[in-house]
Amino acid sequence: MTLRWRQIAFLAAALGVLASLVVPISSEAADGLFARPLLLIGTLLTAALYAGAAFASPWASIAATFAGVVLGCAVTLGLLHDPAIAGYAGSGFWLFVVANWGAAWLGVAGLAAIKPNDKTAARIVDLAIPIMFGAFVFYLWEVAVRGFGVPSVLLPPPSSIAVRFFSSLWMLWQDFFQTFILGVLSGYIIGCGAGFLVAVVAHRYTFLGRGLLPIGNFVSALPIVGIAPIMVMWFGFDWPSKAAVVVVITFFPMLVNTLAGLNAAGHIERDLMRSYAAGHRQTLQKLYLPAAMPFIFNALKINSTLAFIGAIVAEFFGTPTLGIGFRISIEAGRMALDVVWAEIALAAIAGMAFYGIVALAERATTFWHPSYRT
Amino acid sequence: MSSISYAARPAAVRWHPLVIRYSPVVVVVVAIVMIWYAAAVLMNLRIVRDQFERDETPYTVAQLIEGTLSAERPLLPAPHQIVETFADDVFGWPVTSPRSLVHHSWVTLSATFLGFLLGATFGIVLAVLIVHARTLQKSLLPWIICSQMVPILAVAPIVIVVLGSIGLRGLLPKAIISAYLCFFPVTIGVVKGLTSPDPMQRDLMRTWSATPAQIFWKLRWPASLPFLFTSLKVSITISLIGAIVAELPTGAQAGIGARLLAGSYYGQTIQIWAALVAASLLAVGLIGLVSFFERWVAQSMGARA
Repeated sequence: MTLRWRQIAFLAAALGVLASLVVPISSEAADGLFARPLLLIGTLLTAALYAGAAFASPWASIAATFAGVVLGCAVTLGLLHDPAIAGYAGSGFWLFVVANWGAAWLGVAGLAAIKPNDKTAARIVDLAIPIMFGAFVFYLWEVAVRGFGVPSVLLPPPSSIAVRFFSSLWMLWQDFFQTFILGVLSGYIIGCGAGFLVAVVAHRYTFLGRGLLPIGNFVSALPIVGIAPIMVMWFGFDWPSKAAVVVVITFFPMLVNTLAGLNAAGHIERDLMRSYAAGHRQTLQKLYLPAAMPFIFNALKINSTLAFIGAIVAEFFGTPTLGIGFRISIEAGRMALDVVWAEIALAAIAGMAFYGIVALAERATTFWHPSYRT
Repeated sequence: MSSISYAARPAAVRWHPLVIRYSPVVVVVVAIVMIWYAAAVLMNLRIVRDQFERDETPYTVAQLIEGTLSAERPLLPAPHQIVETFADDVFGWPVTSPRSLVHHSWVTLSATFLGFLLGATFGIVLAVLIVHARTLQKSLLPWIICSQMVPILAVAPIVIVVLGSIGLRGLLPKAIISAYLCFFPVTIGVVKGLTSPDPMQRDLMRTWSATPAQIFWKLRWPASLPFLFTSLKVSITISLIGAIVAELPTGAQAGIGARLLAGSYYGQTIQIWAALVAASLLAVGLIGLVSFFERWVAQSMGARA
């Protein structure tokens, strides 16, 4: 039943591709596909691959689908080079795109349904699915923006963002250095370090801990980014004010999580340490801190995203003429949206890399924890 | 209050549990307030002294300290100044006046509510889709998680610019930003909740030949509610933050974010702090509201308190 449904869907995709040969691909007077031999061959090949995928074995079907999708995407992008099509794409063109979309979805669904026995193969499949999905989303973005002729002051296509990104690497690096290295990283280290130290002290003196924990929980729920204007007033326009905001933002999650982690050690373990006549320092080192590690890393991960947000928001309140947040607000006002998107891409890459490094450090230090021993 | 009554007793007496629970909090809060006053005196000292010296009036230490605690534009206002300004901003003006903090809070609150509604609905729908479609779970979930490592607030200005240029102004762009910020905890929480019934319970539903819809409404959905409310409490404060930050880049005329921005332009520190107090109270109130609904839903589902 499902097999037949899949076959019908594949054949429909092939038909959609072929339909672009007869249905006009542009609302303007543009050459049809028959006048473009290279693209015509690509179109026919795509349709053949989709049709073949309907009847092939599962693995061959997936391979044929992805070859067809890559080819189909290349053909549609090639068509958009014609100024008579870009901005005036007709129903034939969109049928082709929708057919690609459907085929890509079937391919990803087919890949998701496969459960390889091999562990590395399973990992590769798990990695490949989101990458293909993401790549196709970027393709749809590109095709939609250029096909409909969306003005670039509204939404630039990914290709022009990429061009802008690589042509202004020096400016991006300076902004990155100002915002991330100076503002985020220094504030993150100070804030997390202070939160950790206060938590250790508060754990030693229970009275202090019982007083700080509810307050820390309370403050963690507040919109602390609001202190940004005050910090800018105290520490000036340059990076220290951004670092100060980051310190305050990261302090409380670290405090609360570390306190919870230090209290996570069980009664039996604590009694065992006492029966070894371990002092507080030894118990802290051998029992409390290792037990708190997962909690500490949880806070480090939460803070890695919070810190970035704090620094960028603080830049809205005044900066030297550098920094990701500054550049975004200035260029958005000048309607240079490709620069804005390039900065966002930079922020995204930096944010993911930051999070990824913390996550890798967690794997390296808390590999013993049950959540990793599967 | 109660601390006076037990201080005179012998040490061996058992303290009331409320005292044990709250005395550390009270002590820490009092300590923070004292540190705050000391910091206010120290940080404002230079401004006040410069003022006295410019006027060439003789001054005493007492006058100096008094001046630091009542300066008009202090670096760090004393707590009582903040409370006074807050009370004046809230009660001293008619609710519709642009000077009234109630007016600004309402502007931010309405964007928060709309954004929260959009974000929570979107988050729940996404979670239901993810739980039921393996393809989506494998392809979309990693991207949703990635989207949270991106400093999303950086997108706020362009969202406002883009939406503004296609004719959307006012409440909706702000609400969209806070929705974008707050859907994630809901999605993750609900996915966790919908998958929380163990295989035995699902098998039991199958032995009763329950349809997928019945399994969803009678097993998965009720099981996910505790997770849902935990996430909603997180996401409603994020939604508030989103609404406040969304007011910054446009230079909005109203709202708590606009209040912060205006305060920082004109050096009105007390006004900034009063706006922060308002934002904090809103956050506490919003969490309280969600908790209230949580208890109400739990009771109507027959949970024991």
